[in-house]
Amino acid sequence: MHLGHTHDGPAAVSADARRPDGTRRALRVGLGGPVGSGKTATVAALCRALRAELSLAVVTNDIYTREDAEFLLREAVLPPERISAVETGACPHTAIRDDISANLEAVEDLEDTVGPLDLILVESGGDNLTATFSKGLVDAQIFVIDVAGGDDIPRKGGPGVTTADLLVVNKTDLAPYVGSDLARMSADAREQRAGLPVVFQSLRGGDGVADVAAWVRGRLAAWTA
Amino acid sequence: MDGVTATGIRAHARIVARADGRGGTALPVLEGEGPLAPRRTRSSGSEAKVMLVGAMSGPLGGDRFTLGVRVEEGARLHVGSAAATLALPGQAEGEARYDVRLDVADGGELHWMPEQLISAEGSELYVTTRVEAGAGARLVLREEQVLGRVGERPGRLTSRLTVRAGGRTVLDQELACGLGAPGGWDGPAVLAGHRAVGQLVVVRPEFAERPVEARALGACAAVVPLAGPAALVSAVAPDALRLRRLLDEALTGLG
Amino acid sequence: MSRAALLVLADGRFPAGGHAHSGGAEAAVKAGRITDAATLEEFCRGRLHTAGLVAGALAAAAALGADPGELDAAADARTPSPALRTAARRLGRQLLRAARSTWPSSELDALAREFPKGAHQPVVLGLAARAAGLGPEDAAHCAAYESVSGPATATVRLLSLDPFDATGALARLAPELDRVADRAVAAARRVRAEGADALPAASGPLLEVGAEWHAAWPVRLFAS
Repeated sequence: MHLGHTHDGPAAVSADARRPDGTRRALRVGLGGPVGSGKTATVAALCRALRAELSLAVVTNDIYTREDAEFLLREAVLPPERISAVETGACPHTAIRDDISANLEAVEDLEDTVGPLDLILVESGGDNLTATFSKGLVDAQIFVIDVAGGDDIPRKGGPGVTTADLLVVNKTDLAPYVGSDLARMSADAREQRAGLPVVFQSLRGGDGVADVAAWVRGRLAAWTA
Repeated sequence: MDGVTATGIRAHARIVARADGRGGTALPVLEGEGPLAPRRTRSSGSEAKVMLVGAMSGPLGGDRFTLGVRVEEGARLHVGSAAATLALPGQAEGEARYDVRLDVADGGELHWMPEQLISAEGSELYVTTRVEAGAGARLVLREEQVLGRVGERPGRLTSRLTVRAGGRTVLDQELACGLGAPGGWDGPAVLAGHRAVGQLVVVRPEFAERPVEARALGACAAVVPLAGPAALVSAVAPDALRLRRLLDEALTGLG
Repeated sequence: MSRAALLVLADGRFPAGGHAHSGGAEAAVKAGRITDAATLEEFCRGRLHTAGLVAGALAAAAALGADPGELDAAADARTPSPALRTAARRLGRQLLRAARSTWPSSELDALAREFPKGAHQPVVLGLAARAAGLGPEDAAHCAAYESVSGPATATVRLLSLDPFDATGALARLAPELDRVADRAVAAARRVRAEGADALPAASGPLLEVGAEWHAAWPVRLFAS
């Protein structure tokens, strides 16, 4: 990270907290997790929940070019100029962790083209349990798993489950149908995560994405403080 | 012609097209000899037409041909050729060279539409085409290469095409193929077994404001906007006939 | 000059965006022109002697201190496909970011100011080599190697090709790669006296045409 570097250069190099003109850049939050756990649905729900109060944009990282971006466009959660797709050459985890250059271009281009932003959500392509975001790319990361993927995932751990700033266990409404034990998942997660927060959510009912949105608001308050 | 020497034939041809002041185009210079003989043919409207008539076969090994065309302001010229140019092996040592220089002034228009260049087995030819188009010049240039006559292996052919328009180089491309060319020329990155390859360059001042839209015509041809007031059609095909069809269709598509 | 700096710059894991590009291999695979290790090798050989030679010469000229703007215009003229021009500038911008962080230099900062949307990648590569204390031979080798290593890695993913076969193809190309780098440097040394026209302009028609075909696909794995 290059926090605290001088900012008179022609462009930011890495995770500089300020843009070349000296203004504070947007908070960048990464969303990762296995295929089908509901990352894109969570991003869509977050956009709907936050777009009235915040200026936000989304970067998707697809295995196949633009699939997730197309979904967000169809759902019309944001105007098209606020959604950018990064092509990952069949390796989505590389683009968010080992070689973040394309994603850094994308987040900076969004801030340049749609003006000052409060928040950029960077969605990873569906990957495995080891995929995490580089700290050079995002300021905080959310790892999304779901109850249908097996209730032993929190117990198994892995970098996403154990180190993400927020763990989201999605699709709780399906638990009775797939035989997942939510209490056990919760206990395992708390044990693995040493006090880091966990949210159980269903986007089909209850409070939907409200808890995650509240967590994002908290991070943003800390970022702009 | 400077005559036949131990190093092959040297031949030179020159064409100058000038607006005649009556809405037509005059050809104050129309000279050339032997293998490079330009003949004026029937004009159409304001455009003068010239046909290159090859009085001999060539170029052969060691030959050196140069051809210069200048289209002055307000003149319109169409140049074609009576037959394909056949590169053949010669008695003299070394490769043959064929250098074409086309200058089109601001407000001039040139259609450079020669027939194919065929690289016969055992031949060695280096051909360069250099275009200098002024700011408001218009140009259509067709270049087609056929690797070998029917059933024959191609000779070595290297072809460089450089187009400057409005003071900047908008295209600089060299294709080397045939026996002795750098490796991979017939592989999947270059020709992949195709025996005809061609380019069509169209320079129009209006392309600076409204460039053509890039368009693939299948996996073997594409229309692209160049970095300047020009468009390029690039194509490979199994044979000369199918290449011509691709280029003709693409040119029609450019309007 | 540090030989190890060349290893850092040429490392496939150098974070400059190359992993998302196939160097035309994805189009050639779909067209049925790359089907196995042998056709991959022939593809790489053709790319080496065309795009690789041009990239090597541009990189060497930049490493020698030629004007980046002039080199960038020369790269435009040698890249008729707008899809490839876009990819080259995007990769150039990504490489510039990585290089400025790795080898801070006023020349790289100046390049970023002159080309906020990115210069052609080989031009940036040459200046990055310069900033790393490397010479034109290193820059040319690096550019020429990238012209074949990218397609080889991509084809391993696209065809589930045996990675040992792909690496073997690269190793067999090594002597030709040395010769291409030598030619590239020789041409680059003429730029000071003769201008950018002295740079090679070798082209592969199917690389250019294939790039436009590829760019029009709605679904693809690689950016180019």
